[in-house]
Amino acid sequence: MSIDWIELIIVVVKALIVAFGLLIGFAYLTWFERRLVGRFQMRIGPNRVGPAGLLQPVADALKMFFKEDFVPGQADKPLFIMAPGIAMSAVLISFAVVPVGPSIRLFGREITLYLADVNVGMLVVIAVLSLGVYGIILGGWASNNKYSLLGGLRGAAQVISYELPYGLSLVGVFMLAGSLSLKDIVEAQARVPFIVLQPLAAIVFFFAAVAEANRSPFDLVEAENELVAGYHTEYSSIKFALYFMAEYISMIVASALMVTLFLGGWQGPFLPGIVWFFIKLVFMLFVFVWIRATWPRIRYDRLMAWSWKLLVPLSVANILVTAGALVLRDMGVF
Amino acid sequence: MFELILFVVFAVVALAAAIGVVAQRNVLYSALLLVLNFICLAALYVLMNAQFVAVAQIIVYAGAVMVLFLFTVMLLPGKRIEVAGRRLPGQTPLAILLALALGAVLLLLLGGSLVALGRPAHPAITVGNVQALAEVLFTRYIWAFEATGVLLLVAVAGVVHLLRSGPRPGAPR
Repeated sequence: MSIDWIELIIVVVKALIVAFGLLIGFAYLTWFERRLVGRFQMRIGPNRVGPAGLLQPVADALKMFFKEDFVPGQADKPLFIMAPGIAMSAVLISFAVVPVGPSIRLFGREITLYLADVNVGMLVVIAVLSLGVYGIILGGWASNNKYSLLGGLRGAAQVISYELPYGLSLVGVFMLAGSLSLKDIVEAQARVPFIVLQPLAAIVFFFAAVAEANRSPFDLVEAENELVAGYHTEYSSIKFALYFMAEYISMIVASALMVTLFLGGWQGPFLPGIVWFFIKLVFMLFVFVWIRATWPRIRYDRLMAWSWKLLVPLSVANILVTAGALVLRDMGVF
Repeated sequence: MFELILFVVFAVVALAAAIGVVAQRNVLYSALLLVLNFICLAALYVLMNAQFVAVAQIIVYAGAVMVLFLFTVMLLPGKRIEVAGRRLPGQTPLAILLALALGAVLLLLLGGSLVALGRPAHPAITVGNVQALAEVLFTRYIWAFEATGVLLLVAVAGVVHLLRSGPRPGAPR
């Protein structure tokens, strides 16, 4: 098999664009969040560095770089160094299968606006995200600090519990689209976005996604009033920044998945696909910040009970109803 | 050619990780090497066009089962994480015997598949998609599939029962 070099270069360039896009997205998401939370709390938020505080992320990045990179003496050094990298790479990889727009023509070549259209698309995302939890547990354990360890254990329990409703809520979407590929799922929403047909699944998925991303009100992993800073208590400088990035990028990934799976992806009238995708993405990110500014943190046992006693049964019921409706449709009842 | 390089890389890492699982003294490192082994196996499945099997391998084994393993290992207090030099009586000869038996079975299976080399592959393998796998799973292997489901359900019921009969969480000890 000979390698099509131009095709290879296109893929590499797209991968770089996705990676840098996510990093820049992260930087400005922190600005977006701080400004918004400021408004929610009746204050102004960072507005001093650059116009409207737009250069604040640059200043923060510089500060992070020049902090002391400290490794505790009793820590397990290789794992301590590896853990933030695992957390970060998992979220970066998971964006690869998300289509941000329809294919475009550039220099006489058809260029698709996603990195990979894998046959089992959404399952790849779930698999990669489930590996991301190693970053949290290992970071917690390797720090050799009881608060970190507790944070790490909480993270492991939480992610495993919420992976179930996360996956189960999507079964209805897969059944409607008849495919696991995110590209096919977007195309199946040409007429009606799935949030109309699968409202329950959308709600369950959203809660599970917030919990997967360890965002408030499900951020028990780093609950500062009981665990100092949770699994990243001992982390400083660039390693801490990696954890921070992983959290914010997983927020972007969760929003992108909500858009792709339930809000019709890049489909929309008048504007080009990629613009629609970003409008919907920013809206979802706003909802994330909105929730953080509004809701207090949920208690830990409630968090687990929520997943196992409410979200899992709901998503199973949703699968049953969807399957029944599809059978009735095929029989021609409606 | 490209595929061969990938195969060699992943196969070598998978083997090295598997040896490491057994040779490593630190239980936590053993568990992590096992995760690495699973990921390499998943990569090998992808090379064989079995994407669904690969993803299932990562979600179920690397993502869920091993996280629970780590969960348990991490709760062991510091020193006990090193495996004690304790051995069962007659462990070495028994281990050699079992290893040989397993090796023989694997060789037998390998011999069987070598005979099949050159024959056209099963459609599920060449297509490599979920539909083909589902078709085989829900027609030819439907009984095995359903039986596995019942077995897992029994296991879940068993776990719930064991938890119920133990002390209630939060109750004074």
